Amino acid sequence: MPLIFVGGLIFGFGLGFSHMAQPEVVLHFLQFEDFGLLFVMFGAAIVSGIAFAVMPRLRERAPLTGDTYGRRLKSFDRNVLIGGAIFGVGWGLSGICPGAAYASLGVGNVTILWALAGMFVGAYIQGYWRSQRAASTSSVSAD
Amino acid sequence: MVSELIDPALYETLFPEGVSRYAVGGLLVGLGAVVIYLGTGIAAGASTFLESTLSYVSDQSRFQRYRSSRDWRIVFTLGIIAGAFVYALTFQSGLVSSSLYQPGTTGELREVGGLTIWLTDVQPWRLFLGGILVGIGTRIGKGCTSGHGVCGVGSASKTSIVSVMTFLAVAIGTAQVVMALGVSP
Repeated sequence: MPLIFVGGLIFGFGLGFSHMAQPEVVLHFLQFEDFGLLFVMFGAAIVSGIAFAVMPRLRERAPLTGDTYGRRLKSFDRNVLIGGAIFGVGWGLSGICPGAAYASLGVGNVTILWALAGMFVGAYIQGYWRSQRAASTSSVSAD
Repeated sequence: MVSELIDPALYETLFPEGVSRYAVGGLLVGLGAVVIYLGTGIAAGASTFLESTLSYVSDQSRFQRYRSSRDWRIVFTLGIIAGAFVYALTFQSGLVSSSLYQPGTTGELREVGGLTIWLTDVQPWRLFLGGILVGIGTRIGKGCTSGHGVCGVGSASKTSIVSVMTFLAVAIGTAQVVMALGVSP
């Protein structure tokens, strides 16, 4: 837990330093006025990429949890495209994504609570909908 | 440096704020994810926190799936907030400066007892409506800019690369439409 906090600390500091906690900067990128965001994303992906590629060869398991080192792989289906597109509309409209929104609160941006409230509402809507659907499909298959 | 490799006028157009703060910040974001990964084997994403935290208040089966990870996800999120606060105390407040750091020109800075806080000019309705769509979209799409963008792309996951290309293209289109409609900020 302390390690996760420290990791989050560095993560959040980086988001603040790179100005990703400022929705305007993200919007400037999406409007082709400042391409700096590419350096944030690729910089972060390169660093994590090295760790994801190297660690599994050095060690079998993580020291603190005993979990095996693996890559972050998720199965591909239509949802990845649908969800990605909905997320894209939201990101393009607000300039805010989850990690950056938490960091934005840290730099004093209380206005961001609107976005955080929206995210919880959105996550609740989709979770409620999926829970209902899961319940109805399982009752159908039980028949 | 990058600035010497391309035409100065083009560089100024592409990167009006320079690239160092972005590159350094990005490396730190990656490092934060790596620290967690090295210790725990977890490829951390920021958006599952929404569902896992809802599991404290809702019995919906969808949220209860994330019950086992909800405690560390809160710690991770508090860490992100605290890290950004440390940045606000140091660089944003002008207490620490570096040639690699360039302050920004957006939003509004306010002094609160020696601490400089930053406030966005983006209108609340955009943040709220955008937030709802982000909340729905990241959860259906299995991740956000940190899960897919940082850990997923870092893992060379095809799913994540497709996801990033999808949301990037749609976000650019949306932002261009919003700008064309004259919505600002």
